[in-house]
Amino acid sequence: MEVIRGGDLRVNQLRARQMLRGELEGEDLEQYVEERVGLTTLEQAQNWARANALFPLTFGLACCAIEMISVVGSPRVDASRFGAEVFRASPRQADMIILSGRVSIKMAPILRRIYDQMLEPKWVIAMGACASSAGMFNNYALVQGADKFMPVDVYVPGCPPRPEALMYGIIKLQNKIKGDPTMGWRQRYDAKGTEEIA
Amino acid sequence: MPDATGLELIAADVRERFGDEAVVSTLYFRERASLEIAPHTVHEVLSYLKTDADETFPHLMSCHGCDYFPEEPRLCVHYELLSMERVERLNVKTRMGVENASVATVTDLFPTADYQEREVYDMFGVVFDGHPDPRRILMPEDYVGHPQRRDFPMGGEEVLFTFNEDKVPRWYD
Repeated sequence: MEVIRGGDLRVNQLRARQMLRGELEGEDLEQYVEERVGLTTLEQAQNWARANALFPLTFGLACCAIEMISVVGSPRVDASRFGAEVFRASPRQADMIILSGRVSIKMAPILRRIYDQMLEPKWVIAMGACASSAGMFNNYALVQGADKFMPVDVYVPGCPPRPEALMYGIIKLQNKIKGDPTMGWRQRYDAKGTEEIA
Repeated sequence: MPDATGLELIAADVRERFGDEAVVSTLYFRERASLEIAPHTVHEVLSYLKTDADETFPHLMSCHGCDYFPEEPRLCVHYELLSMERVERLNVKTRMGVENASVATVTDLFPTADYQEREVYDMFGVVFDGHPDPRRILMPEDYVGHPQRRDFPMGGEEVLFTFNEDKVPRWYD
């Protein structure tokens, strides 16, 4: 029985058929398996899946929200190309929140509550100068940076950032997730008692 | 706008009805008529101007506060009245010190004053006696202080620049 080699689609089909019929033997069989099996750890596969299936929360705070919407809704910067476009309307279904705008001290407890309701592992992007550091609002009404009361993973500078900048932030976050998804936020923020119990 | 003469006529009218001490001063400046009245007469005077006066002002366009620190008395509440028929506006204001900052509510005359008086209370600490819902409106309910007063600290954090980076304490230190 002649073994067919080569990279052509039709050729590959024929080889697969031979494999299924049990006609491949010895070295040919080993080569066939080597070509088709990839090895990874379960953790890495899980992180890869998590990074490419982000579910952001439908949540806007101020003017940056308009730019955030254009990341999702416009074909120019289409977040779905990178697996982060299905904005969920409930924090129970979301695992990523984009703080798009200024956070007032009256809003902070509400935001923290929404964050605690989200699925774990969860990630936060502080979008724009206001969410990162209160920007130009250096006054009594705003929280001086959202990281005062919740862990933030990626800060996107700008006032507001261009949609491309936010997209870059999302890709940065995906790369971080592929490395270490929790990034030790529980230790950093001493977050005890906020675990979701199924 | 009532002109300067019209403003004096209104002031004379108010003085006649509520006594000489009811009107503190009048000011006609840049075609804008201001009538300053004593705090304890606010409700009576506004009720009079709304319904009983010869030329009434039935609408309250805005009620807002002001802090004239370091002048005394510091706090001030402005009532911007409007007559849509004559297209005339009248600014009625009353001033009071910080320690006795209270004035009668006008929510029974003008329902729109409800939220606006709450905002004046929130930002300046002027207590409106008889207000149906005297809570804060913008700041959290457990907030301490009235942030729009001139002697209230600005809040926020000092911004790091190269010239002060060795002096400013940082939160992560």
